[in-house]
Amino acid sequence: MNWQFWIVQTLNSVAYGGMLFLLSSGFSLIFGLMRIPNLAHGAFFMLGAYFGFSALQLGFHFWLAAILGGLGVGLLGIVVERVILRHLAGNEQGQVLVTLGISFIIADVCLLVWTGDPMPLPAPESLRPPLRFAGFAFPTYRLVVLAIALVAAVALYLLMERTRLGAMIRAGVDDMEMARGVGIPVSRLFTTVFLLGATLAGIGGVLGGPMLNAYPGLDADMLPLALIVVILGGAGSLMGAFVGSFIVGFLYNFGIALAPDLAYFVLFLPMVLVLVFLPQGLFGRAQI
Amino acid sequence: MTRRSLIALIVCAAVLAAVPAIIRHEFYINLASQILIYALLALSVNMMLGYGGMVSLGHAAYLGVAGYACILLTVAGYGQLTAALAAVALSTAAAALFGVLSLRAPGLGFIMITLALGQIVWGIAYRANDLTGGDNGLTHPARPMPFGIDIRDASSFYYFTLIVFAVALFFMWRFARSPFGASLMGARDQPRRMRMLGHNVWLIRWITFVIAGFWGSVASILYVYYNVFLSPHALSLQQSAEILLMAILGGASTLTGPIVGAVIITLVKNVVSTYVERWNILLGAIFVVVIMFMPYGLVPGCRQLWQRLHSRRRHKAVATASEPAQ
Repeated sequence: MNWQFWIVQTLNSVAYGGMLFLLSSGFSLIFGLMRIPNLAHGAFFMLGAYFGFSALQLGFHFWLAAILGGLGVGLLGIVVERVILRHLAGNEQGQVLVTLGISFIIADVCLLVWTGDPMPLPAPESLRPPLRFAGFAFPTYRLVVLAIALVAAVALYLLMERTRLGAMIRAGVDDMEMARGVGIPVSRLFTTVFLLGATLAGIGGVLGGPMLNAYPGLDADMLPLALIVVILGGAGSLMGAFVGSFIVGFLYNFGIALAPDLAYFVLFLPMVLVLVFLPQGLFGRAQI
Repeated sequence: MTRRSLIALIVCAAVLAAVPAIIRHEFYINLASQILIYALLALSVNMMLGYGGMVSLGHAAYLGVAGYACILLTVAGYGQLTAALAAVALSTAAAALFGVLSLRAPGLGFIMITLALGQIVWGIAYRANDLTGGDNGLTHPARPMPFGIDIRDASSFYYFTLIVFAVALFFMWRFARSPFGASLMGARDQPRRMRMLGHNVWLIRWITFVIAGFWGSVASILYVYYNVFLSPHALSLQQSAEILLMAILGGASTLTGPIVGAVIITLVKNVVSTYVERWNILLGAIFVVVIMFMPYGLVPGCRQLWQRLHSRRRHKAVATASEPAQ
């Protein structure tokens, strides 16, 4: 285990964290505004990966496939929000359980359509050769994923802090009743945020594809990671999702590399520490 | 307990005791044992859900902790009774820890944390090949012989399960009607008032969590004895969700609800799995339909319907009787 191992693993961790951010920022936004942990988020991620796979099969370019995957999942998100969650307005517990039921349906449909074999999503050809710098070979694709995640983080930050829509979402997160009272269309905001969150998860799924492949069970692998990110970072906070994603990315990646048997246990420890000492998470505005 | 429900209870007990004599077919007797084990799991999750308003999505974790501990200890050469007791003790201790963590965040945070904890236990079971055999699972050496009685065949194992189930059911019935049960329901409905009255709401919830974990662990031991095998599949999120769905479908906050739910879900699962390989679409669909259209579950729903019909008939009778007087 030389120092090259550490550098490459660090880079992998950071790229993994970037992908996790795409997954968990949407989860955190939905949780912050609608007050429900969307348990179908892992399934959205997996569905995005499968959509991306099919789009690649049809001959679309990788980046177009990523956008198509994101939009497909986003549309499904709108349907879920409008048709199902809307009917359970006010019953948050019911909404959470319904999202779990939806995730089972999505997972099984994926298994029917794309069978049980892992489906590879090849990275775009131009990014496949490793980047050589000072005698090192860096996996180019992972660097690009990291860059995309950083751009997404900045864009989301600007959206939340600098635009009218962001101001409305923040108002809704802080005080839903008041926001309604001053005429913010909170109901439309719900759909928007759900669309945004689902799209991010879908894009994350496609971008994660070359690292993880699309396989049945991907949803169950990713959902706990998103939950732990949000528990660590704090619900409803973009900064929390950002920092939490990289923490989990590092722990999980190094856990798998150094002690594959205990990779999950490594995640358990920081979660325990945060819950015991900082129940609202590192950056949470309120208790989850 | 009214006389009518006492009679109903005696009839139910008689039917349950006569099941092996009535159905006779080994497959169906095993199915009945399976239903009892799931009913016990659903009842234990319902202690939190129905009386405490806490939705746990990590209940299958006890199947993991208690199940693997029981198998590993038996394999290591400890006696069956020692292994079972130690496994339940360990798993209940795990419940005590999980309770401390989960109850840091009330409400929806609780769901997330229990889910994450359950998935972590699943992940450890799945990845820790040396200990748990990974995906291949572990085989339990043999069913025990309590008091020298052989419970290897279907009907004697059914009676063994039935006895444990009856003890658990009696305990839960007493639990729901005890002052502690009342304070738990108070903590569910009016936590602030309960706090003002001097109750330690956190402690009430935590004790319930641990008791539910204890009965979940007992059911897990039965599960291991029934299958004589355990693999990470038994610890999955699906398993936790199925158990929770049983309680919700039948009707949380009733004692009969989770049992009815366990009967329905286990039967549907077995019937469907003879035709198709997987039944997740159906599981998901039942989930969505039940929560959207029957949020209170079958038992309270039917009871309400029955009462409405009953009172309408009585109204009619009263109306016809009083007409001449007008």
